[in-house]
Amino acid sequence: MTNSVLVAVDGSDGGARALQYAAERAKLGGAKLIVTYVIEWSPYSFNTPEENAERHKRREEEIDRATSGVVEPAAAQLAAAGIEYETVVRHGPPAETLIKLAEKFGVQQIVIGRRGQSGIKNLLFGSVAGNLVQTSPVPVVVVP
Amino acid sequence: MMRFFTALTAMLFFALPAYAGFDDTINEITAPIATAIGSFVFFKINVFGAALPLVVLWLVIGAVFFTVYLGFVNVSGFKHAIQLVRGDYADPDSPGEVSHFQALATAVSGTVGIGNIGGVAVAVTIGGAGATFWLIVAGFLGMSTKFVECTLGVKYRQENPDGSVSGGPMYYMRKGFEERGMGGFGKFMGTFYAIGIFIGALGIGNMFQSNQAYVQLNTVAGGRLDGLGWLIGLILAAVVFMVIIGGIKSIARVTEKIVPFMAIFYCVFAIIVILMNFTSIPAAIGNIFSGAFTGAGVQGGAIGALIIGFQRAVFSNEAGIGSASIAHAAVRTPEPVTEGYVSLLEPFIDTIVICTITALVIGTSQVADPNFAGDATGVAMTSAAFERQISWFPLPLAFGALLFAFSTMISWSYYGLKGWTYLFGEGHMGQTIYKLIFCGFVALGCMVQLGPILDISDALVFLICVPNILGLYFLAPIVRREMISYKERLDRGEIKKYSH
Repeated sequence: MTNSVLVAVDGSDGGARALQYAAERAKLGGAKLIVTYVIEWSPYSFNTPEENAERHKRREEEIDRATSGVVEPAAAQLAAAGIEYETVVRHGPPAETLIKLAEKFGVQQIVIGRRGQSGIKNLLFGSVAGNLVQTSPVPVVVVP
Repeated sequence: MMRFFTALTAMLFFALPAYAGFDDTINEITAPIATAIGSFVFFKINVFGAALPLVVLWLVIGAVFFTVYLGFVNVSGFKHAIQLVRGDYADPDSPGEVSHFQALATAVSGTVGIGNIGGVAVAVTIGGAGATFWLIVAGFLGMSTKFVECTLGVKYRQENPDGSVSGGPMYYMRKGFEERGMGGFGKFMGTFYAIGIFIGALGIGNMFQSNQAYVQLNTVAGGRLDGLGWLIGLILAAVVFMVIIGGIKSIARVTEKIVPFMAIFYCVFAIIVILMNFTSIPAAIGNIFSGAFTGAGVQGGAIGALIIGFQRAVFSNEAGIGSASIAHAAVRTPEPVTEGYVSLLEPFIDTIVICTITALVIGTSQVADPNFAGDATGVAMTSAAFERQISWFPLPLAFGALLFAFSTMISWSYYGLKGWTYLFGEGHMGQTIYKLIFCGFVALGCMVQLGPILDISDALVFLICVPNILGLYFLAPIVRREMISYKERLDRGEIKKYSH
């Protein structure tokens, strides 16, 4: 099995730093990167009938935006650097989805960026990094 | 802007009591119209001395037929419905679409409304404690009707060019009948239903809701809003206007998120009140059962109680009306029948759980003090039952009633609009006209007495049931075939279960 690393991107600076970090290490160690964009979504939310009727359209739009806006530029960057990669765009609860994908691809490591959100927000919603570190089956690198 | 509204409201409150007679005028005009419509749609036949509206009979026979025809799917499918909502069968490789849970939650938000608080009180006032029993039976049978409606709603929905979906009875009638080689009849039925739903939306999903929200506000205000229904009506209409025409969707989204919690909050406090009345519980339950079969003190006896129970149950859970199938049609699934299973849970939650709880709150209060509510009916009666034990509860109840009413109005404005666009196309101008009419009726609902409102709303609801149930009879074999095929594949393990 080749050495592979899952790196989470989301269009933020933290995501860009995570990609940067993972790319540098992948180049040194010859690892394959799984560039992942998780679109935050829960099957247990409450919507209006109109939101539901338009959901399919919105979903396509969200995937398009993530793909063309974030994942494709990242892929281009990796291709230019000669790094092997695969891309995934997926809806779901962030930490849980990253773990599922990590298991699916059998990666050795997950790299994510720190969001640096405020204490109160962490208290209310928890942080992706925090959840991930607590539950991941593989080592997690949180890039500051 | 907000400050302007507040100032305006305050001014009107103090300066305009002289115009309080306005509501009376409106009442005088609408009452005869309501009676006329009511007597037409509620053509009654006499059964053992009780007047049985034909439409109620129509619904009951439909629900019984579907229950038997589908082999008591309301019982046998219950467990599977819960598994589906839990997401046990959701494909983890294609998340992000409307989930079964979301479709159910949206449909339930639309049905859990004032009917659950005020409608039950109406049932108990007119039909006695025994009406509760028949209300529950109606909820139980209604589960099968919903199963048929919602399966068809998903199966025959329409994907619009812009990627959104439209579904509901008008679509399943047109396409379903076409499949059976009865295209012309299907078109007629689709149109009939579409007219029914866009007019009907003005009653059950509109006037009844705004009326009862106003009544509860007035109760809390100690009657200080007497005669000012038109003002509350205008304010409510303005908020609905902001959402459905002004496009301030955030209000709708916030409501949609609060309503489920309000429903839970309501149930918890209702159970607390029932427990505080615990010495009255056995007698209250006894009354429900004895009243169901003897109908003591009720006009028309047991049959009278049965009629009222059924009528109010449909009004609350909307089984047979077809509205839920409009909401459920948004789910993308290769197995339309799964949405049928999920929708079984709606009458269960709405009627068998929430309505029963309300009925017990009222019933136990009645046992303890037969005259606890004075001559109050509807939501005011329920409020009085809560107040007996928890003096401050009418206030949060008024807030809850307002929210329930509001979310139901928003849902129904959408259902009605779907009927309208089916008839007149997706044109922007036409949609705005419909929405304006809708807002007008929100205001009107607060100006009219409960009696005429109920008459009009009931009449309109049943106007929608007639084409819908008729269509369901014709299309039920399709649902049955899908259900049997699905069950066989489920048993053989061909339907993959992805447990979490």
